[in-house]
Amino acid sequence: MADVNRGNRPLSPHLSIYRPQWTSITSILVRITGNALIVAALLIVWWFVAAATGPEAFATANGVITSWFGKLVMLGSIWALWYHTLGGLRHLVWDTGRMLDVDKSEMAGQMMVVLSVILTIFTVIVL
Amino acid sequence: MAFVTDRKRAMGTGSAKSGTHHHWQMMVTSVALLVLIPFFVFTFGAILGAPYEEVIAYYQRPFPAVIAILTMLVGFFHFRLGVQTLIEDYVHGLARKAAIIGMICLSYAAAGFAVFAIIRIAL
Repeated sequence: MADVNRGNRPLSPHLSIYRPQWTSITSILVRITGNALIVAALLIVWWFVAAATGPEAFATANGVITSWFGKLVMLGSIWALWYHTLGGLRHLVWDTGRMLDVDKSEMAGQMMVVLSVILTIFTVIVL
Repeated sequence: MAFVTDRKRAMGTGSAKSGTHHHWQMMVTSVALLVLIPFFVFTFGAILGAPYEEVIAYYQRPFPAVIAILTMLVGFFHFRLGVQTLIEDYVHGLARKAAIIGMICLSYAAAGFAVFAIIRIAL
């Protein structure tokens, strides 16, 4: 219980020691994309609230989302959403004990990057 | 001689005190969003940019409205769990507690506003 030697113990190698790898970079990107999606999420909430409020409020919110800046945010968010979704899928697979080997994890990371780009292009074409 | 089991001695001593429930909720919401997100992207994306009257008529249909409501509810709950993990990793002390409470309240408020708005449009 009484841990008197807390500040003095060796730390395991961390971010500044390791060079970037497929596994580490694709993992941190899952975190970044997931949390960055709050921007698009709040924009969409604003859009729904404005639509429920009336035509004038809707025109404002819709104008912001469909402006060039809004479209840029939405495009980035579509990629972030697909990437994060694939990242979540990878976690669900990992949780079953599968694909935990280094080579398979790296392959899954590369697949996430490629598939998220393909899904983004597909979404933009369809919509 | 200790009569306490290994598990009993280990329970609750991690820095987070518990974590399996958080992880389980993440798994459940992840699976739900795996289904909801494609539906939401292609229903919401299909009507985004349309004029006001078309948007209102679109979200008066049950399928797009229910998909949007469920996506907002599950999505913001998933965000609330995820952002908590983010804060726990990088923020410490009182600021950590304040940030977690603030983001949880923001998540629930956003979900509440979204659900109210969609129901108001749909009805």
